[in-house]
Amino acid sequence: MWRNTRTGWGLVSITLHWASALAVVGLFMLGWWMTGLGYFDPWYNLAPWWHRSIGMLLLFATLLRILWRLFQPTPQAQGSRFERLAAHLGHIAIYVLLLTVMVSGYLISTARGRGVSVFNWFEVPALVSHLPNQASIAGEIHWYSALALLLLAAGHALAALKHHFIDRHDILVRMLNPARTRRR
Amino acid sequence: MFKKAAIATAIGAVSLATASQALADDYIVDIEGQHAFIQFKINHLGYSYILGTFEEFEGRFHYDADDLEASSVEMEVQVNSLNSNHAERDRHFLSDDFLSAGTYPTATFVSTGFEPTGDDEGVLTGDLTLKGETREIEMPVTLMGEGEDPWGNYRAGFEGSTNLTLADFGIDMSDFPEVMHELELYVTFEGVRQ
Repeated sequence: MWRNTRTGWGLVSITLHWASALAVVGLFMLGWWMTGLGYFDPWYNLAPWWHRSIGMLLLFATLLRILWRLFQPTPQAQGSRFERLAAHLGHIAIYVLLLTVMVSGYLISTARGRGVSVFNWFEVPALVSHLPNQASIAGEIHWYSALALLLLAAGHALAALKHHFIDRHDILVRMLNPARTRRR
Repeated sequence: MFKKAAIATAIGAVSLATASQALADDYIVDIEGQHAFIQFKINHLGYSYILGTFEEFEGRFHYDADDLEASSVEMEVQVNSLNSNHAERDRHFLSDDFLSAGTYPTATFVSTGFEPTGDDEGVLTGDLTLKGETREIEMPVTLMGEGEDPWGNYRAGFEGSTNLTLADFGIDMSDFPEVMHELELYVTFEGVRQ
């Protein structure tokens, strides 16, 4: 139920996957919208506060997710040899981009040594600060890696739909239903 | 062999002497000890001020108490080094909304004239280039003092400030209250005589 098997994803992986998907798409739209806000908009300070807070939680969730993935069985890949290789590389790229987007975002806010508040609940301290041009460079990386992540995630979704509707594989179902872990 | 070296040393010594004579009243802004600051102060919504500083710059000046009209200054500032003690605000200042530091990474000031107005006081005129726009500005300056320092050099130090209208430098502040359309630029530095 909770753990992965060779036939399906457990509830931990499923929850992390869909929560991440929701957060990534939501953070991208929020980030897009908030960077266009005028100085006098009531959301000018509030929207980045939500963006930073959710982003930091997603970073912690992603680190847990990667650990879980490394120490848990991975359900069998499906499709042709080429498809399986492409899927494997694509998944690695998504994890790398997730970390790149969130770490670069963190580095914008901490560029002057200030920590990042998460919902005024706790503060993530600044670990790397005062690099030359840190906020601007991290900002560029944040934008382009977020864009790349979104494109890759879209490709990932299309590939999943192709497996489901054209190849009749169960890869989409097993990412929705933890009962597939028990199937032989 | 020995002779050649001796001649070379003599030539070297002579040219050094002439060079130091020519530079007698030339100073380099003390970046090594960082006795030099370029700061700005801009109103925030009419409620308080934002203070900021540029951390990286260099400069040189010519100053001779007996020939003040010949005074001159050159400064070159790395715009990206702006620090207002808030990372995201600094990034915003440096973005295309304000300074476009990516496209215009340096700001320069090159003096074009100096007019003494009193004891240790005068008005410096010069071309300020910021965000690619060059405008003539005037800055009242004060000689704060000059003399030997404890480490064997000769120093002269100044301060000056002036108000800049941001629109003159292509910085659109029309979305902000009138009080934020200008800022005060404050500069103080010591130079070490060469």
